[in-house]
Amino acid sequence: MHSSPTAPPRSFVWTRRIVLTLLTVFAVTPVYVMLSSSLKPLEDVTGSFQWIPSGLTIRPYLDIWDTVPLARYFVNSLIVAGAATACSVVIAVFAAYAVSRYRFRGKRLFTVTVLSTQMFPGILFLLPLFLIFVNIGNTTGIALYGSRGGLILTYMTFTLPFSIWMLVGYLDSIPRDLDEAALVDGCGPLKALFRVVVPAAVPGIVAVAIYSFMTAWGEVLFASVMTNDVTRTLSVGLQGYATQTEVYWNQVMAASLVVSLPIVAGFLLLQRYLVAGLTAGAVK
Amino acid sequence: MRRNRLAATAALATALSVTAAACGGGSSTGSEGTNDKPKELTYWASNQGTSLEHDKEVLTPEIEKFEKETGIDVKLEVIPWDSLLDRILAATTSGQGPDVLNIGNTWSASLQATDGLLAWDDKTLDKIGGKDRFVPAALAAAGAEGRPPAAVPLYSLSYALYYNKAMFAEAGIEEPPATWDEFVDVGKKLTKDGKYGVAVEGGNPVENSHHAFVFGKQHGADFFDAEGNPTFDSPEAVAAVKQYVDFLANDKIAAVGNAEYAQNQSIKDLATGKAGMLLWQAAGSSLKAHGMKPEEYGVAPVPMQSENPPEGQNVNSMVAGINIAVFKNTDNLDGALDFVEFMTSNETQLALNSTYGSIPPVKEAQEDRAFSSTDLTVLREVLSTTSAPLPQVPDEAQFETLVGDAMKELFADAAAGDEVTTESVQKRLTEAQQQMQK
Amino acid sequence: MTATALDTPPAGPGDKPPAGRGAARKRRRTGRGRVRRGALPYLLLLPALLLELLIHLVPMAVGVVMSFKELTQRYIRDWGEAPWAGLDNFRIAVDFDAPVGEALLRSFFITCAFTVLAVGFSWLLGVTAAILMQDAFRGRGLLRAIFLTPYALPVYTAVITWSFMLQRDNGLVNHVIHDQLGLTSQPTFWLIGDNAFVSLVLVSVWRTWPFAFLVLTAALQNIPREVYEASAIDGAGIWQQIRRITLPSLRPVNQVLVLVLFLWTFNDFNVPYILFGKSAPESADIISIHIYQSSFVTWNFGAGSAMSVLLLLFLLVVTAGYLLLTSRGRKAASA
Repeated sequence: MHSSPTAPPRSFVWTRRIVLTLLTVFAVTPVYVMLSSSLKPLEDVTGSFQWIPSGLTIRPYLDIWDTVPLARYFVNSLIVAGAATACSVVIAVFAAYAVSRYRFRGKRLFTVTVLSTQMFPGILFLLPLFLIFVNIGNTTGIALYGSRGGLILTYMTFTLPFSIWMLVGYLDSIPRDLDEAALVDGCGPLKALFRVVVPAAVPGIVAVAIYSFMTAWGEVLFASVMTNDVTRTLSVGLQGYATQTEVYWNQVMAASLVVSLPIVAGFLLLQRYLVAGLTAGAVK
Repeated sequence: MRRNRLAATAALATALSVTAAACGGGSSTGSEGTNDKPKELTYWASNQGTSLEHDKEVLTPEIEKFEKETGIDVKLEVIPWDSLLDRILAATTSGQGPDVLNIGNTWSASLQATDGLLAWDDKTLDKIGGKDRFVPAALAAAGAEGRPPAAVPLYSLSYALYYNKAMFAEAGIEEPPATWDEFVDVGKKLTKDGKYGVAVEGGNPVENSHHAFVFGKQHGADFFDAEGNPTFDSPEAVAAVKQYVDFLANDKIAAVGNAEYAQNQSIKDLATGKAGMLLWQAAGSSLKAHGMKPEEYGVAPVPMQSENPPEGQNVNSMVAGINIAVFKNTDNLDGALDFVEFMTSNETQLALNSTYGSIPPVKEAQEDRAFSSTDLTVLREVLSTTSAPLPQVPDEAQFETLVGDAMKELFADAAAGDEVTTESVQKRLTEAQQQMQK
Repeated sequence: MTATALDTPPAGPGDKPPAGRGAARKRRRTGRGRVRRGALPYLLLLPALLLELLIHLVPMAVGVVMSFKELTQRYIRDWGEAPWAGLDNFRIAVDFDAPVGEALLRSFFITCAFTVLAVGFSWLLGVTAAILMQDAFRGRGLLRAIFLTPYALPVYTAVITWSFMLQRDNGLVNHVIHDQLGLTSQPTFWLIGDNAFVSLVLVSVWRTWPFAFLVLTAALQNIPREVYEASAIDGAGIWQQIRRITLPSLRPVNQVLVLVLFLWTFNDFNVPYILFGKSAPESADIISIHIYQSSFVTWNFGAGSAMSVLLLLFLLVVTAGYLLLTSRGRKAASA
C-alpha cells in the first residue's frame, strides 16, 4: 500500500489499466471458451469456433451428475485437499518458525534436504511409495492404499517443502523485535509464535494454504493409482467424462466450472486475509 | 564438523536401506492363488459403455445372477482407461490387486511376461468349457504364441470402412471400394469444395499403429521377427506406412488439418459430411452422438491390396477387444474361475456384447440374431476370416508408441508441405527402431 | 537462512554452533532451561521430518535402488529378485552418440529452453500484476479472483480447453489470427510441428503465472508502509519507489519462488501430457514425458528410474549453484 501523499501519476494509472486489461483477457479467454462449450450440444463443441454459440442448452449441467458420481468425487476432493492443507500448514508453520528463529545443529542439512525433495520426479517414487503403503497395510493393518488417509499423507508432504521455505521467507521479513518483545514479556516461545508471529504472517500463511489446497486439488498421477471408485478425487474423476465410446466435452467443461465455482468463491473470501498485512502499529 | 555430518548421512542412508529392503520383498510370489476367501471376489471392469455409471448399470444385474448362483460376494469396480494399466502395474508390483480383471487385449503378451496373471493352460481352459468355444483369432490375441494364454477373450471388435451414403450417391459411386486403388479413386472423386475423401486420425499414435499393422500385413511386414526383435524399417514396413500416410501426403484425399487430429475429430468429420469415408472400429454409437443416423452411413470391410505383394496376407483388421484375466495373487481361485466361466457363458456374452455393440468371441453366442445387423455382420465376418492379432510380444507397446509416433511426425511433415518419400519414411522408421534399447 | 538466533549471540551467517563435546559443555554451562530450549527447534521440526522420511526420502531411496536393476515387465512382480544391472541403465542413458542417449539429450535441451521461457514469463507477469495491484483501487478484489482462476480450474479441463483453442481448423487462436485479423496466409498448426513448443510455453505460463502473482502479492504485504512514506517525503516518485523499495524487498521471496517455479516446470508432467497425449511432437518432447514413455509405456522401470536419477542429479547441481549465487547476492545486497 503506497501511501504517497499525492495520487499515483497518470503514466502509472494508464500502464496499470492497459496491462491489467491484457492480463484479464489472457486469463479469462479459456474460461469463456469453457463456459460457452459447456452450454453447447455435444455435436457443436468441437465445431468451428464462434464467439457467440448458435445453439444454447443447459442439458450438460443436468447430465453431469448422472454420467459420473460428481458429487462424491467433489466431497472426496474437498476432504482430501482440506485435511492435507490444514495439517500441512500447521506443520509448516512449526518448522518454519524453528528455521527462522533458532540456530541449531543440522539446520542447513534439514533445509537443503527438504528443498531437494522438490526435485524428485513423481514418476520415480510413485511405485515405491505405493509399495510402502501396501506393506504398511499388510504389517500394521492401517489401510493407506486406496484410502483417503494415504492420499492426505501424500499430499501434505508434497506441499511441505515449499510451504516451509516460503514461510521462512515471510517470517524472516517480520521484525524480530516483535517476538523478542513478547518473550521478554514472559511469553513462552510457542505463545510468542501463536500470539505474535502467526497473526503477522497471515498473508503468507494464506498464500501457502491456497498453494497446498490447489496442489492437492489438482494432483492426477498419484490419485489415479492410489484411489478406488469410493475414494476417487475430482482431478481423476473428471476423466470419467471421456469414455470408451464418447467424450462428453460439454459435460467436462460444465462439471469443471461447477466444481471450480466454490474454489473461486473461496479465493474471493480470502482476499481480505491476503492483504491483512503487517499492521505494525497494532502489535507494537 | 564435516565428519559429523558424514556420520549423520551414513546413519540416515543405513536407515533408508533397511526400510527399503523390508519393503522390497513385500510381494508374495510363486503361488498360483489360494482359496483363503472363498466367498469374496473383486472384479476390475474396464469402461465399455457410455460412462462408468452406465457400465455399473449394465454389469450389476449380471453379477447379481452370479452372486445368487454361487453365494460369492462380488465387489465391482469400473476403472477408467486412463488409469487401468497403471493400476494393474501397481497391483502386479505389490501383489495387492483384484481377483479378476479386464485387460486391453494388446497388453496380453506384456502382462503375460510379468507372470502376474494366471496362465490358461488346456486344463484350466477346460474348467470354463474348453478353448474350442472361442473364436481362434480372438484367443490368439490373449498371449504369446506357443504359450498358454494369459487371459480369455471377453468382447471383440474389428475395423471396418464407414462411408457417407449421400456423398457416395452424389458422386455417382455405387459400391464401397474393395481395394486401395478403388479407395483412392473414390477418395479423389469425393474430394472437392472443401470436402474430402477420407478422415484420418493422424495425430493419434495408437490409431496410426493399428493401420500400420494392417497395411503391414498386406505388404508382408510383421514389425517383429520370430525372436520378438523389432523390424520396423523393413522395405515392406516402409511401403505399408507410406501407403497410409500418402492419403494425406500424395493422394491428397485427406484434409491437411487431419495431421493434428487426436481427439476423434475424424468421426465428427464423417458425421458432418466433411469427409466421405472413415476406417474405424464400431463407430456406430459415436456417429449417432454426432447426429448421424444408421441409415445415413454404410459399413464395408476395410479394402485390400488390388494385387497382394509376394508375402502379403489377406488381413484387413486387427483383432481388437477386451480380455478377462485372473490375477495370480487371488485368494479365491475357484471363485475367480467360476466368475470367468460365468462371464464367458453364452447368456452373459449375449447380454453384454449386445449392449456394448461388440461381437462375442464365443462362437455359439455369436450366432445369435442380435449380432446380424448390417454393420455387426461385417465386423463379425472380418473378425472370423480376415483379422489378425497385433504382434503378441512383450514389446508390443513400443511398437504402438514408436511406429505410431513416427507416423504422426510424417503426417506433420506432410501438413507442413514437406514431401513424404520412401526415403523420408525409411528414415523415420529407422529412428523409431533405434529407440528400442537392449 | 540468514536468521539470527534468539538464544545465541549474533554471529555471521557462515558460523556454525559448536559441535560435539563443545556443545555439551556449553549446554552444561548454561543450565537446564537452555537444554529444553535447545530441544525445541527439533521438536518443531519433528512432524515435518517424519513425513518427509515416509513419503519422500524412503520411496526416493527405493527408486534409486531400482535404477540399478534390470526392471522390465519380467521382474516387476517381484522386483527384489530382479537382476542387478550395475550401471547399465545409466550407461545407455548417457551414451549420447547412440540413439537413445541422443534423444534423451535433445529432450533435455528442449526442457531447459522451455523452463527458462515459461518461468521467465510467469514471473514477469506475476510481479507486474502484483506491483500494479499493490495500491487499492475499485475492483481489485474481483480482479485478483479472476487472475487466480486459471490456477483453480482442474488442470485436465483447462489444458483440454487450450487444445480446442489451438486447433488448426476450428480453434479460437486461428479464428482470431487468420480469419479476423488476416495476419497469416494459411491457418497455422499449433499442436504439431515446431509451433507445438510455443503452444506448450503459452499454456504453461497461463497455468503458472497466477501462482507467482499470489506469492508475490503476499510478499508485498510485508513491506512496512513507513518505508514508502519516508521515501515519498524524500520526493521519490512511484516508479522510483518500485525500483528502489519494492523490487529489492521481494528478493528473499523471489529467491525461493523462482527456484520452485523452475523445479516444477522442469518436472511438469500434466500440461504436456494432456496437451499432446502420450507422445509429444518432437519440438515439445519434454523430459518428463520422455521418462514416462521410458518407464510406464515401455515397461522398463529400471531405465526410467536411471533417467530420473540423472535428472535429479542435474537439478541438485543447478539448485546448489543457484543457492550459492543468490545467497552471495543477498549478502552483498544487505551488507
